[in-house]
Amino acid sequence: MFEQIYDHFNDIIAAILFVIGFSNLLFQKNLIKKIIGLNIMDVAIFLLLASQGYISGRLAPILTDGSENAATYINPIPSGLVLTGIVVSVSVTALMLSMTIRLYRKYKTLDLDEILMKVSEESKVEDSSDTIVKISDDKDGQEREGVK
Amino acid sequence: MDFVLNFPFFSIMICMLAALSTFMLGKRAAAVVAKAAVFITLILSIVLTVYLHECGESFVYMMGHFPAPWGNEIRAGELEGIMAVFTCVISLLSLTAGSASIRNEIDESKQNLYYLITCLMEASLLALIYTNDIFTGYVFIEINTIAGCGLIMIKNSGRAIASAIRYMVVSLVGSGLFLIGTTLMYSVTGHLLMENIHESVMGLVADGSYDVTLTVITALMTVGLSIKSGLFPFHLWIPDAYSRSVAPSSSMLSGMVSKGYIFLLIKIIYRVIGFDVYKASGVFNIIFIAGIAAMIMGSVSAIRSKYLRRMTAYSSVSQIGYIFMGIGIANDAGAVAAIFHIITHGLTKSLLFLAASSFTGKKEDIKISDLKGMGHKYPLSAATFTAAALSIVGFPLFAGFVAKMLLANASFTEGWKMYAAISAIAVSTILNVVYFFRCIINLYAYGGFDGKDENNGTLDLKSDTLIVTGYERAIHAVSISALAVLNICIGVAPKLLSDIITKGLNVFD
Repeated sequence: MFEQIYDHFNDIIAAILFVIGFSNLLFQKNLIKKIIGLNIMDVAIFLLLASQGYISGRLAPILTDGSENAATYINPIPSGLVLTGIVVSVSVTALMLSMTIRLYRKYKTLDLDEILMKVSEESKVEDSSDTIVKISDDKDGQEREGVK
Repeated sequence: MDFVLNFPFFSIMICMLAALSTFMLGKRAAAVVAKAAVFITLILSIVLTVYLHECGESFVYMMGHFPAPWGNEIRAGELEGIMAVFTCVISLLSLTAGSASIRNEIDESKQNLYYLITCLMEASLLALIYTNDIFTGYVFIEINTIAGCGLIMIKNSGRAIASAIRYMVVSLVGSGLFLIGTTLMYSVTGHLLMENIHESVMGLVADGSYDVTLTVITALMTVGLSIKSGLFPFHLWIPDAYSRSVAPSSSMLSGMVSKGYIFLLIKIIYRVIGFDVYKASGVFNIIFIAGIAAMIMGSVSAIRSKYLRRMTAYSSVSQIGYIFMGIGIANDAGAVAAIFHIITHGLTKSLLFLAASSFTGKKEDIKISDLKGMGHKYPLSAATFTAAALSIVGFPLFAGFVAKMLLANASFTEGWKMYAAISAIAVSTILNVVYFFRCIINLYAYGGFDGKDENNGTLDLKSDTLIVTGYERAIHAVSISALAVLNICIGVAPKLLSDIITKGLNVFD
């Protein structure tokens, strides 16, 4: 049993990290914590992917000491895939952060539940009032932002 | 080698290059470049589909200089061709019909970026359709997600961004699950190209080894892709995302973005895991039940919603349920019906959103009770909206009828699934009638409109509605009529389309 755990140590850690990240992404209310959860989840997948290609005791496949024997090197494809995955993860994180900044500027909070509540209140106000009231509301909002 | 075989690669690259160049152009030039790129892609895809229909084969196209087990590949058959034609039609007509909404509702400095996102979306969808490599599939899923997020948040209102962030969170969970599936698949088979994976999977099944792992992979990939396409338990982001963005965005998101993932799922079922292995894992039954639940629950939510675009978005949930039910029937006829419904629903739903854009005007959404008299004010929009509604309900002579008939036919040989599928289609049709006929009756009711029509067109010039030039009005009319005519053409003569899909599916493995 311990031997099995030792053999699959990376996979087990990856699974635990994935669950941590996944539950943070879904259940955290704070947007920044959500994004951190997303990153943990991605890292867990990359750990799983990279450890698939690693063969213990072998080298990275870079020809420096001149050995062209494939048996001395690890499998480079998963490492390449991890690089691609990191690029994807970085761009998604950047996008999420930029949206968070915009939401924070507008609603002055990072709590997604609170934001969604304010959003639904906004829709209700628009329903009940006619166009003229809406325009004056907008002006108030702009002035307030200008003062701050 | 025929020159036509280069076309899949060309069409992806044309859209990519157009996306890169629109970022440097002004808004007018960007609009022209984007529409031209999508139009050229449409022509290329039509030529490719005709060519493949005549020779009845599929081909594999090597990308770069590395041969099969190592390199990256594109594969095209009739099915891929017709799907490419379909996405090009939807995005081209959404852009042309939505030009007034884009000009009015998006910041002037950001309008060229809208065309960038559209081209990127088209390129990533084409790549998802054509790719023969599962990891490339993952990368383009992510590009597709980012582009979809851009389509939602381009309006720059707090509500649009909040719905975009919800969409992102749900989609990222989906793509994370898909990536784990891909990783496990690579670790048990050692390949990334679909044919090689399929061979290895066949070997593994013959040995009887890794059967639990294969089931887990199947489940992970299916759940990941169905989260991204908005199947029933994961549909909560759909109504906000579709109803709070601009009209062309909603039309593209509902018409083709969620469909790209479903097509990839069908590709994985047939070309990667293999139909028999997939069937043995029992995941088909889960898809089937989730699809039926989506059909009923989507329609119930649509009946409960008071707003036009929100209702249309909920109707998307139920139509995606139809598609998944078709896949879940688990035979070839079911898959053909599902792909047929992908196309008909795409055409119908984008028509609904684009026609609704003349009723809502600059407002985000409109109450269904406020639709009174709109049918006399905007005769063409109302007529096409009615046509699309009839198609969704499944009225004969419209494409939706054929799709529902194919779905029902496919279920006849499948025992208990027949009863479930046919009763679900019946119940869902009645619910569809309830919510769409409420709109149609309101549209043509007298009372809201005094009968003076000073504009005589599909869109008018008042301050709370869109500011529209004559050209935009004309092109809106032409685009929505084209969608309606296409819908009726498929409804009257469905043989050609279903033949192409059947033949394409036969050469799929």
